[in-house]
Amino acid sequence: MFRIVEAEFTAPEIKRFVIEAPRIARKRRAGQFVIVRLDDKGERIPLTIAGSDPESGTITLIVQGIGKTTKAMNMKEAGDALQDIVGPLGRPSDIKHYGVTVSIGGGVGTAIAYPTAAALKEAGNYVITINGARSREFVILEEEMAAVSDEAYITTDDGSYGFHGLVTDKLQELLDQGRRIDFVLAVGPVPMMKAVADITRPYGIKTMVSLNPIMIDGTGMCGACRVIVGGQVKFACVDGPEFDAHEVDFENLMCRNKAYADEEREALARFLKERRPQPHDSALVVK
Amino acid sequence: MIEKRLTTRERLRIHRHAMPERDPIERRSNFEEVNLGYTPELAIAEAHRCLQCPKPTCEDGCPVNIHIKEFIGRIAEGDFLGAVRKIKEDNILPAVCGRVCPQEIQCEAACVLSKRGEPVAIGHLERFVADYERETGQIEVPAIQPSTGKRIAIVGSGPAGLSCANDLRRWGHEVTVFEALHDLGGVLAYGIPEFRLPKEIVHKELDCLRHMGVKFETDVVIGQTFTVDELLQEEGYDAVFLGVGAGLPWFMGIPGEDLVGVYSANEFLIRVNLMRAYRFPDYDTPMIDLRGKNVAVVGAGNTAMDAARTALRLQAKNTCIIYRRSEEEMPARAEEIKHAKDEGVKFVLLVNPVEFTGDEEGRLKAVKLIRMRLGEPDASGRRRPIPIEGSEFVMELDVAIIAIGSSPNPLIAKTTPDIEVSRKGTIVVDEATMKTSKQGVFAGGDVVSGGATVIRAMGAGRKAARAIHEYVMTDVW
Repeated sequence: MFRIVEAEFTAPEIKRFVIEAPRIARKRRAGQFVIVRLDDKGERIPLTIAGSDPESGTITLIVQGIGKTTKAMNMKEAGDALQDIVGPLGRPSDIKHYGVTVSIGGGVGTAIAYPTAAALKEAGNYVITINGARSREFVILEEEMAAVSDEAYITTDDGSYGFHGLVTDKLQELLDQGRRIDFVLAVGPVPMMKAVADITRPYGIKTMVSLNPIMIDGTGMCGACRVIVGGQVKFACVDGPEFDAHEVDFENLMCRNKAYADEEREALARFLKERRPQPHDSALVVK
Repeated sequence: MIEKRLTTRERLRIHRHAMPERDPIERRSNFEEVNLGYTPELAIAEAHRCLQCPKPTCEDGCPVNIHIKEFIGRIAEGDFLGAVRKIKEDNILPAVCGRVCPQEIQCEAACVLSKRGEPVAIGHLERFVADYERETGQIEVPAIQPSTGKRIAIVGSGPAGLSCANDLRRWGHEVTVFEALHDLGGVLAYGIPEFRLPKEIVHKELDCLRHMGVKFETDVVIGQTFTVDELLQEEGYDAVFLGVGAGLPWFMGIPGEDLVGVYSANEFLIRVNLMRAYRFPDYDTPMIDLRGKNVAVVGAGNTAMDAARTALRLQAKNTCIIYRRSEEEMPARAEEIKHAKDEGVKFVLLVNPVEFTGDEEGRLKAVKLIRMRLGEPDASGRRRPIPIEGSEFVMELDVAIIAIGSSPNPLIAKTTPDIEVSRKGTIVVDEATMKTSKQGVFAGGDVVSGGATVIRAMGAGRKAARAIHEYVMTDVW
């Protein structure tokens, strides 16, 4: 069992957890993930590690309640425990001195973009971050991102905060200004990552994306997470999760991610019917 | 002794007692175990067929050299507990092995009666006494020698690791087994289906090891959570045994293999066996609803039979095995093939998939197949399949399960460069000691041999245990 030390909502449906997992905290590097299973009947879901503290033996996970398992996880509080956490899994981000780097996080993807941005800063890069959300209340990690950035931008779809537009609009603006960019890491919804890849491709900017396919074991056993990169089949769990954005077959990833859409809807409906009301239920309805 | 009761001639007159099994039509709609096991009467009657040979050749046919003659002799006398304890001197998983060992090519093939076509049913008898001990609540925990103070890390809780752990613990070493998944047993847990090996039985046999003082740690991936070097240095283990199996699934590399509906056998079986997806939504993990669907399993080994029979139980409309050679070359056990046929699995032989095609949502709809003919024998000794040009045809298909084999997971090799690995990805060892190229590290089971059997892995685990014992007690590599 893995004990939760801290649990707090930082935005509607987005909860930050600090969890005791000393072995993972000690080994984990930016870009890696864990597989979490809540209980004996639970599914195994991959969650990227947002941070870790080897001293206190804790890792930080930031979870957006979307389906049954993430919503059930977001009902956990400090003092509760999770049945299984295994990791750190996947290959760490390739951190080195690129020059000028842009880390782009869309929605909860910011939780994944953040540790890599911090590591890039540590490696001496000039770090630009673009942190996008639907509206002001959904912005996460604003201070943390700012602290590791030489330039930090917030974008909101509705213009309620920061730059009015999508993360890709901001990126395009920087490129139109003739800014030199040597490296881009984009993490977020698949259409966003695809759009970023399409923007940087003509400029020949090295661009990485952190992929989120369906996984079970997370160690290379099942092949559920296979993605097509440069025409080759790769297992995101062991070969990734980060891949060259210009080589990824995003259409295929979108199809594969919808494999269990019906079952996911069914499980969620059943779960919502049976659980007690939650603080952010109203935000759900708005969506 | 039983020799006094029956003459050889009398014993030769008894026919082999068939394993009672559930009706094929009834059993294919659920996951309950197919084989029912002998009754005490059947077991004693079968044991009386054993000639108690002065030189029991059957024991040479067993990869862990169980004292077969003695345990069968005890069954004949009605001493079932004595029999199971005799087995357990050499095999910690008799209820498992009695179910999944290919006895027909091992002990039973070496039985003198096999020349007359009907060897003693050694596997059925092993299973019977193990079940008897468990079901009557009389499981005995083997004696443990005084502590040596030596610490051994076993990586992987499958058959190789468990048999290695068992011997080392009995000799007084502190043994910790690390498992990457959340449940123990390796392929016994995620691979072999409930109807062939109930998970309850695996857990009970594991409990015995726990009572012996073997420690188990799940959710630890060696190569990620710890490297092998960290186990030997920071974690202070005196030796490491790698029994991580061959868990990396092979695909065919043909167009359309990435469509939704194409599973590796590993993924399909993990969803069903480990994650209990067939009980969705009570369990959270989903799988494609097979009711009324056309399912094809590519390959004809035991894993393929397991996958096909699982698909039937999930109420697929049609389930077939697609295999590029003929029935004669199928690598699965005869019993598995027979059970699959009895239950209604169809066999589409001498064909090979060329391409999978799907709809606009990327879901599998059909497979294009090509007919094959058999040529000269290849390196494996089996006749090589050759495509017949122009013979392509299309089969409608909703789910395809690729069961053409697997190789070792490269995680450990990648993070431990001083462990020598073959071109096939298997770990290279000294055959006599199971020593790898790295001091203090031993390996055995499928990670060394490639996909093989439970009992071969157990044999390798025991061989390694002897060498590990010698190494940690003498410090001589």
